[in-house]
Amino acid sequence: MHGHGTYIPENKALAWFERRLPVLGLLKSSFVDYPTPRNLNYWWTFGGILTVVLMVQIVTGIVLVMHYTPTSADAFDSVEHIMRNVNYGWLLRYIHANGASMFFLAVYVHIFRGLYYGSYKEPREVLWILGVILFLLMMATAFMGYVLPWGQMSFWAATVITNLFSALPFVGEPIVTWLWGGYSVDEPTLKRFFSLHYLLPFVLFGVVLLHIWALHVVGQNNPAGIDVKSNKDTVAFTPYATIKDSFAMIVFFILFAWLVFYVPNYLGHSDNYIPANPLQTPPHIVPEWYFLPFYAILRAIPSKLGGVIAMFGSIVVLVFVPWLDTSKVRSARYRPLYKQFFWILLVVCIGLGYLGAKPAEGIYVIAARILTAYYFLHFLVILPLLGFIEKPKPLPSSIAESVLKGKESDPMPAKG
Amino acid sequence: MATTAGTTRRDFLYIATGAAGAVGVAAAIWPLIHQMNPDASVLALASTDVDLTPIAEGQIITVKWRGKPVFISHRSKKEIDEARAVPLNQLPDPQPDQARVKEGKDQWLVLVGVCTHLGCVPLGHQGDFDGWFCPCHGSHYDTSGRIRRGPAPLNLLVPPYEFVSDTSIRIG
Repeated sequence: MHGHGTYIPENKALAWFERRLPVLGLLKSSFVDYPTPRNLNYWWTFGGILTVVLMVQIVTGIVLVMHYTPTSADAFDSVEHIMRNVNYGWLLRYIHANGASMFFLAVYVHIFRGLYYGSYKEPREVLWILGVILFLLMMATAFMGYVLPWGQMSFWAATVITNLFSALPFVGEPIVTWLWGGYSVDEPTLKRFFSLHYLLPFVLFGVVLLHIWALHVVGQNNPAGIDVKSNKDTVAFTPYATIKDSFAMIVFFILFAWLVFYVPNYLGHSDNYIPANPLQTPPHIVPEWYFLPFYAILRAIPSKLGGVIAMFGSIVVLVFVPWLDTSKVRSARYRPLYKQFFWILLVVCIGLGYLGAKPAEGIYVIAARILTAYYFLHFLVILPLLGFIEKPKPLPSSIAESVLKGKESDPMPAKG
Repeated sequence: MATTAGTTRRDFLYIATGAAGAVGVAAAIWPLIHQMNPDASVLALASTDVDLTPIAEGQIITVKWRGKPVFISHRSKKEIDEARAVPLNQLPDPQPDQARVKEGKDQWLVLVGVCTHLGCVPLGHQGDFDGWFCPCHGSHYDTSGRIRRGPAPLNLLVPPYEFVSDTSIRIG
């Protein structure tokens, strides 16, 4: 996406078209000639994986809608109809349901990769913030999609999550009634969630394009966290990144296929195969695995409004990470202290996920409070202080040098 | 129009146009927002009549009102006494039991069965205070439906209701 190129296709018809709408040149400069740092590792393949998973979700979602009925009387039955009667309905629904989990798995890897290698630092702040917006849109989309089968978990997830807004002083109750379109979660709620669940993926797609655009303006970060200085530091997107991304995608889709074909309900809850009952809450309600850390934070705070603020705050704090991190060095590879705190943060987040699935009582609540406190401590105290305390290791003079240290000559011809 | 230096007829027109535009946009957006509020058919279902005769002492029944569960508890003498014995300063949301029932009908407790934390339905005759217990996040309510322990900030709501006869009520 580097503006107008000078590319002229050899085919005469294409050349005629290119002069009127230079879309081929745009694609070529963005996805073929585009220079990528030569040291990118497999953690850099998750952006491409995420784009493909989004497309899988959109395609399977569009066809599921052809068989689904968004009414409180028929939604549950229509999902069973998809599973039992519609040709390949079981496959499409299992891909779509597990696709949500795979989407979050990939996005968490992608976010933690960004945190490890400092991909949010100058000049990539806007790129990072667009990423946080994408994450929020994903969460909203996944939540509303989970409501559509209208099982017990769907219904009570909708009730609990929309009730988060009732914590707001004064405007809370009117907002919740407005979100529901009634005095409880009911058919109007289902219908609007269905409408928005169809809309948001396309919004997501639009923001993904902005995210990629911003990426191509500032260039990719890389494991060394230093800027590209010459052609020797880069290789062309095609074939190098294309092949590497494709290979990672295949491995990722093997895991995806294993879930879909062997354990399609492993990540779900059996309660959601019971039709929604507004008069009875299931004994243990837990969100899907990808929301568990945030759920643990919500429950850790012994005040309703406080819990809601902490939960949203745990995501909002990510927006400010580019400025909270005061170190000039991007990659954790050259930050001996930050590297250790990074791994502690990862363990804390996984720990919060574990606690989110446990009942909110006794030792679990205490542990959740400690981990929640640490989560915020990491971003609000440790990250700003480390920049002053830490003595970074010496940076390599170039990406090429970081890759080729100890080798006599450059085995790879410089490209792009 | 005031003719101070720097303020022109054109400035006035800019501001007036902008203001009219803003009002127009707001007026156009309002129907798009308000359509999400409860519609006429939802509002029409606003009241429910309940016959109390089949409810035995010590029994709690659940009826549906505005899509929500409403608990009707036929309290025993012991439950009423328990609720009235608690000093108000021990309650997170202080309210005397007398204010939560109709005068002379102390045995009938009518509550919206929605936890004031995040909207789950609490379970009756459970929890540490013989009232209700919310399985979602562990809020305990007493025999007057008042919050005693846990994350819920408020007592279970008493819906607007009235006795239409000695043995039946109209909720809403």
